[in-house]
Amino acid sequence: MRLTYPTNVKVLKVPCTGRVDVIHILKAFENGADGVYVAGCLEGECHYLVGNLRAKKRVGYAKQLLEECGIGGERVAMYNLSSAQGQRFAAIALEMTEKIRQLGPNPMKKGSRVMGHGSRENESQEQVARTEAKS
Amino acid sequence: MIVANRKPFEELLEFIKPYSKILLLGCNECVTVCATGGAKEVAILASELKMHREKEGRPIEIMEHVLERNCDPEYVESLKPMVGDYEMVMSMACGCGIQFVAEHYREKLVLPAVNTTFDGVTEEHGVWSERCLGCGNCILDKTLGICPVTRCAKSLFNGPCGGSQGGKCEVDKDTPCGWQLIVDRLKEMNMLDKYMEIQPLKDWSTSRDGGPRRRVREDLKI
Ligand code: SF4
Ligand code: SF4
Repeated sequence: MRLTYPTNVKVLKVPCTGRVDVIHILKAFENGADGVYVAGCLEGECHYLVGNLRAKKRVGYAKQLLEECGIGGERVAMYNLSSAQGQRFAAIALEMTEKIRQLGPNPMKKGSRVMGHGSRENESQEQVARTEAKS
Repeated sequence: MIVANRKPFEELLEFIKPYSKILLLGCNECVTVCATGGAKEVAILASELKMHREKEGRPIEIMEHVLERNCDPEYVESLKPMVGDYEMVMSMACGCGIQFVAEHYREKLVLPAVNTTFDGVTEEHGVWSERCLGCGNCILDKTLGICPVTRCAKSLFNGPCGGSQGGKCEVDKDTPCGWQLIVDRLKEMNMLDKYMEIQPLKDWSTSRDGGPRRRVREDLKI
């Protein structure tokens, strides 16, 4: 599958979305991300049983915090997909990029920076991606 | 543990409005366990405040620092070398810790980032509830471990009142009636006869009514 997805999406891999904490999401914004989405396994299919369900709640909490500090809760989202759904991964990346582009750049930012991490073997969708709104 | 809640964001923004370099304190004890003012919550609040101020075009520098405890002098005194570097201190410790830091650094403005709420327990992950008011004369022996001071909305000593309905308290349909809990417990333990004892008027002078309380152990003094 030679799928393409927008190059402004930087993928940070984590062993399970259950590892993603609110502070990681906030730090991404503090460092200039325009949007963050957490891509977890399908609900009910977490290797650790509930990691993705916890991530979903944390994303919800991060939304509230981002709303209260004026960055905007709509800049963060949670998606669920399986590791076999490459096409969906690309489609989500596109959808999120589009959404963030419409919202415009991170309101506190002057210039955007790009950041990425790589780790662990699991090339599944247990990934946190940040997107940059190129205008 | 002491349970607290973070103050509303707007209120905190007002506190820090005139400042551009602050110390944000946390505590490793109760407020960490009730997920209000530990290292994690300090980091989250610092991040939110910094982003808000950056957006406003008035960036703020926030030093995050978490003490083992804010209610013991040895830890509070450890702030000495750093406290002078900041325009003010905002603390996510409980009310005791905030006061103790303020007492030690009289030249500094020390403001609360949390509302300290009650002494309670963790019912389950993310749920805390009140258990003790520190009345100074515990009667859990008579009520078999259920405190009428905190678990009865009216702190009745001979309950329940007429508002007890289907096991719930009249103040809120989701709050169990403390006295129903006590009666159920007495029944469970086959000690319902204790319920027949009329409790005399409580002497509240051992509680807050007697003024600020202090405890001294001469043998422990250095
Ligand atoms: S009776 Fe007094 S000391 Fe005992 S649990 Fe209740 S408030 Fe606390
Ligand atoms: S209903 Fe029960 S808990 Fe509520 S005030 Fe009356 S006796 Fe106390």
